[in-house]
Amino acid sequence: VKRPENLSFRLGTGLFGLVLVLIVAAIGVELFRQSSLSIEKFGLNFWRTQTWDPVAGDFGALPFIWGTLYSSVLALLISTPIALGIAIFISELCPGRLKPALVFLTELLAAIPSIVYGLWGIFVLVPVVRAVESSLPQALKALPLFSGPPFGFGMMAAALILAIMVIPFTSSVAREVLKAVPITQREAAYALGATRLEAISAALYYARSGIVGAIMLGFGRALGETMAVTMVIGNSAKMSLSLLAPQHTMAAVLANEFTDADTALYLSALVEIGLVLFVMTLIINSLSRLLLWSMARSARQAAAAVVVPAAESAA
Amino acid sequence: MKTLNRIAIGAIVAVALVAGVAAQKVQIQGAGATFPNPIYQKWSAEYTKLHSNVEINYQSIGSGGGIRQITNQTVFFGASDGPMTNEQLVAAPGKILHFPTVLGADVPVYNLPGVSAELKFTGPLLADIFLGKVTKWNDAAIAKLNPGVSLPASDITIVHRADASGTTYIWVDYLAKVSPEWKMKVGVQTQVNWPTGVGGRGNEGVAGLVTQTPGSLGYVELVYALQNKIAYGSVQNMAGEFTRATVESVTAAAGAAAGKMPADFRVSITNAPGKGVYPISSFTWILLYENPKDKTLAKAMLDFMKWALTDGQKFAAGLGYAPLPADVVKLEMTALGKIKVS
Repeated sequence: VKRPENLSFRLGTGLFGLVLVLIVAAIGVELFRQSSLSIEKFGLNFWRTQTWDPVAGDFGALPFIWGTLYSSVLALLISTPIALGIAIFISELCPGRLKPALVFLTELLAAIPSIVYGLWGIFVLVPVVRAVESSLPQALKALPLFSGPPFGFGMMAAALILAIMVIPFTSSVAREVLKAVPITQREAAYALGATRLEAISAALYYARSGIVGAIMLGFGRALGETMAVTMVIGNSAKMSLSLLAPQHTMAAVLANEFTDADTALYLSALVEIGLVLFVMTLIINSLSRLLLWSMARSARQAAAAVVVPAAESAA
Repeated sequence: MKTLNRIAIGAIVAVALVAGVAAQKVQIQGAGATFPNPIYQKWSAEYTKLHSNVEINYQSIGSGGGIRQITNQTVFFGASDGPMTNEQLVAAPGKILHFPTVLGADVPVYNLPGVSAELKFTGPLLADIFLGKVTKWNDAAIAKLNPGVSLPASDITIVHRADASGTTYIWVDYLAKVSPEWKMKVGVQTQVNWPTGVGGRGNEGVAGLVTQTPGSLGYVELVYALQNKIAYGSVQNMAGEFTRATVESVTAAAGAAAGKMPADFRVSITNAPGKGVYPISSFTWILLYENPKDKTLAKAMLDFMKWALTDGQKFAAGLGYAPLPADVVKLEMTALGKIKVS
């Protein structure tokens, strides 16, 4: 028999859960409502045209979608190996006394406001990037990846600053995930004669879904980062493969143009950029869930496959 | 129960106290352009010293935001660096009046290592550079205006504002007046589809980009260039003189426009005619309803406006703004009479 307070506790917490659903739904509905003018006018073309002309009232989001994805993927490519290296070192190899210091430093990196990263980017990172870009050999400059004049401000600076900002998030979560790997996993590996490297890779394999989760968390952070990126990316709504070219992101164009957007269509197009970012984040989060889920399933199948021959051989 | 009662009584007393204080104080809320923010804050502080019962709260959220908020009547007054369009005026629930408060200017800033001379520009040349037609510093068009200056053969890196802003509006409004091609291809707005260049966020972003990028050319507000001691070039006016932006040359631009000022003060004074005029100058406006709902606020605001347009003008030059010419102030004092305070 259920006791009454037990029921009210369930209902109460359930209600809080519902609040979360309502908030997400409300954001989605409101973004859709406010951008109706732009959706009516441009339809699907909004997603695939490249012109952003507030004077003519002609709006397409493709350069911003491209800039957001490109900078985030680049940041992920740079940050993932470093973040995982930090996590592995702290959780597996680090001498006990050094550990709290390193953990503290990672947490400190995560706590720095993004405007500070942006200022550091302008005054420290960008001049370095410009120097590197200026000294690129001609053979490299012929490639589309390195074409164009060396501004310093551009995709490369943005990807680097994003990578630095993402590292503490990915490495903290990966570290916690590795900590959660049962000690028996490593002991079993050592018992089978594994070296330290092999034992660590066994632990990594055990924790792989959690590590993918950590990387996706970093990706989500990179997608939505605004201030630091807009301060170094050069803010030019032109699509380019070049790391040297100034480009733009969805979050940056929102932050830059929202306050002074003075026609209804302009404002509506900016809100639709917000909607596009919202939808893309939803899609990416769902995909990462799907990936985690399929990894967990194949792990179960593999486990089952291992059990069967073992049982047979025992028989 | 007793404690509950006590809390309730305490709350009632507290609310009554707060309400009592609020009743004595007149609070006027305003929002809009970032460009005049320093002087509006100064005026607010100085005016409260003179009239302790009036408090003016100004939020610098951008011209577009100011226009939106006054249209939605969430603030008592709005502020904008560009006049409202006819379309926007029609969309408002009541008649909105424009009042110029001070003047500002945009200046071309550049970074050319080894060049210490002050560069001279013409309007059409600036338009061609920003259109991406003149791409090298030693282009014949630049060299012709600056004889004796050894210009480098490097590329011109153009720096513009990344955020929509009144500063951009003034800059492109001028370019469109002097270059038919700019008017046709790019046009005039607080943000445009830039043919080329890198975008910096805010005046500080543009200044940062320019000071760090050798061979760059951008534009910032005069106030900003003065406060941060950034070198800037002179621009040729309609009389053919190469003029540097100063408090005097910007006020002169407004003086030139005063003669044919439209009754609603919605006038662009870029490329103004006359001697000693700096051509990339502009008014900044406060927006008020002709028939405001709250008459107490309207009365207080009207007194404040009269003070700001007369005594308040003396604070302008110290902050890098140009004060209004006397003719314009006179016209505005008459126009303020249209606001219905009873």
